[in-house]
Amino acid sequence: MELYDQTIHQLHELLRTKQLSAVELTKQVLTRIDQVEPQIGAFITECRDLAISQAEAADRMLAKGEGGPLCGIPLSIKDVLCTKGVRTTCGSKILEPFVPPYDATVITRLKEQGAVMVGKVSMDEFAMGSANENCAYGVPKNPWNTKHICGGSSGGSAASVASGECIASLGSDTGGSVRQPASHCGVVGMKPTYGRVSRFGLLAFASSLDQVGPLTKDVRDCALMLNSIGGYDPRDSTSVKETMPDFTAALTSDLRGMKIGIPSEYFGAGLDPEVRAAVENGITQLRQAGAETVEVSLPHTEYGIAAYYIIAPAEASSNLARYDGVKYGYRNQDATTLLEMYKTSRSQGFGPEVKRRIILGTYALSSGYYDAYYKKASQVRTKIVEDYQKAFASCDALVSPVTPAPAWRLGEKAGDPLAVYLSDAMTICTNLAGLPAISLPCGFSAAGLPIGFQIQGPHFQEGTLLKIAYSLEQALGISQRRPPLAGGHA
Amino acid sequence: MQITPEEIAKVAHLARLELNQAEVAQMADQVGAILSYIDKLNELDTQGVQPTTHALAINNAFRDDVVIPSLPQAEALRNGPSQNGEAFVVPKIIG
Repeated sequence: MELYDQTIHQLHELLRTKQLSAVELTKQVLTRIDQVEPQIGAFITECRDLAISQAEAADRMLAKGEGGPLCGIPLSIKDVLCTKGVRTTCGSKILEPFVPPYDATVITRLKEQGAVMVGKVSMDEFAMGSANENCAYGVPKNPWNTKHICGGSSGGSAASVASGECIASLGSDTGGSVRQPASHCGVVGMKPTYGRVSRFGLLAFASSLDQVGPLTKDVRDCALMLNSIGGYDPRDSTSVKETMPDFTAALTSDLRGMKIGIPSEYFGAGLDPEVRAAVENGITQLRQAGAETVEVSLPHTEYGIAAYYIIAPAEASSNLARYDGVKYGYRNQDATTLLEMYKTSRSQGFGPEVKRRIILGTYALSSGYYDAYYKKASQVRTKIVEDYQKAFASCDALVSPVTPAPAWRLGEKAGDPLAVYLSDAMTICTNLAGLPAISLPCGFSAAGLPIGFQIQGPHFQEGTLLKIAYSLEQALGISQRRPPLAGGHA
Repeated sequence: MQITPEEIAKVAHLARLELNQAEVAQMADQVGAILSYIDKLNELDTQGVQPTTHALAINNAFRDDVVIPSLPQAEALRNGPSQNGEAFVVPKIIG
């Protein structure tokens, strides 16, 4: 198997035993990017020179016997995270010239471990979208079938991992934006518990929902990434002082004693039959590994989208007020008054989906409508939180599909924003409740498109999720499959 | 749920966005359709239910009031579309 298709843990072994240098690995990954990027289009900004110098520094660490699992490993980073000295656009024209003067905390932590950054990858503008079709810098293509979407908003992250353009990636998840593209692109994706991973330096979309999360080729890699980025950060006032265990200790296949809940609302009539079959097969594997399953109900699931599409746009309308042309980003220099400068800079810089959500959010928070919309949605959010609390009284984790159907064709839902929103049904409640969840591949459609399996857990139980995911991954044996991309694949 | 072009224009002004007539009309349709879907929330009786704004009970995160290094001025100004070494320069606000 080519180096670019291998996992963090496989490559770490080669690097540690000096069978491979970090520079050689990075060069192979950069060559792979040359090979497939014209078909995939995952990158907004490539960082070749920086990557080589980071790889050289990693080789120096490795020579001294230093450097943990991520030392020398080439990663892509969703363009939603501030990277000092490297342009960060958030997928928007309004930040086209923006070069952050500081690193996000998760980036600092990766750098301390000697990780290598090959580039900043594509995303829906300001993380608003589920198909990565809202990126101002182009739409990335699904490596499994380039006529289909990658999913979003971390589409570039998922596509770059799946196609070997990096070994792993960091994305962000506000309503499913790590899990859903991971599912569509056949990789593992995790949304940690709210507060588990620092949001310092994460360009904010919805502050009570956002979390940074890894996208990886297998579950062990996901545990390794979480080990590297998680933990309390005093610079994020929503960061939680919860102990960080070594998440790789959770990786065992035996699930005896584990109780797994199956929420009936996630298996309704609209579910694609191939997705249903693949997920049900996954559940069978978990039973064979010793888990007990129990039917549960999350009765307010169907209200999740409605609640989210008030709360998230409301929070976004506030967070995006800072893009005003004053301190950074695009400014219309022809404006003669301050008001004209604000209005024209923002209107010229933001794309249509962003404007739509700002309008929706501003309306929901405005005088006379606040109670009917924002307060109401926040009360429904409480009901959703209570649903999960009741369910977790009788099980350790919940299993379900990630999406109602595999990745749709590019352009198929353009022009119908509501249809896109409705596809988020299975991932959205997790963020409203601040819970951790993981998505891993559990099969393929007859057309060759990946199908994902989701596991949601109580707060700070990422270990439980990783344990169940690892067991499933071992049972299914498909984690080494790679997309049939022209450009050469074993 | 109908939202009129006038309401869209008013909200756009609050949000410091400028939309032309065609955009206002399209936005009224699209936002109207979304709000119609969101009306679904009214099927639920939420009388007496406390709103959730944070999924985890987090209290105010304070630190000691001690000065620590922060971004140097030049760094803070560097991304400014128009700056004079001391401040960001914008069109006249008053007058």
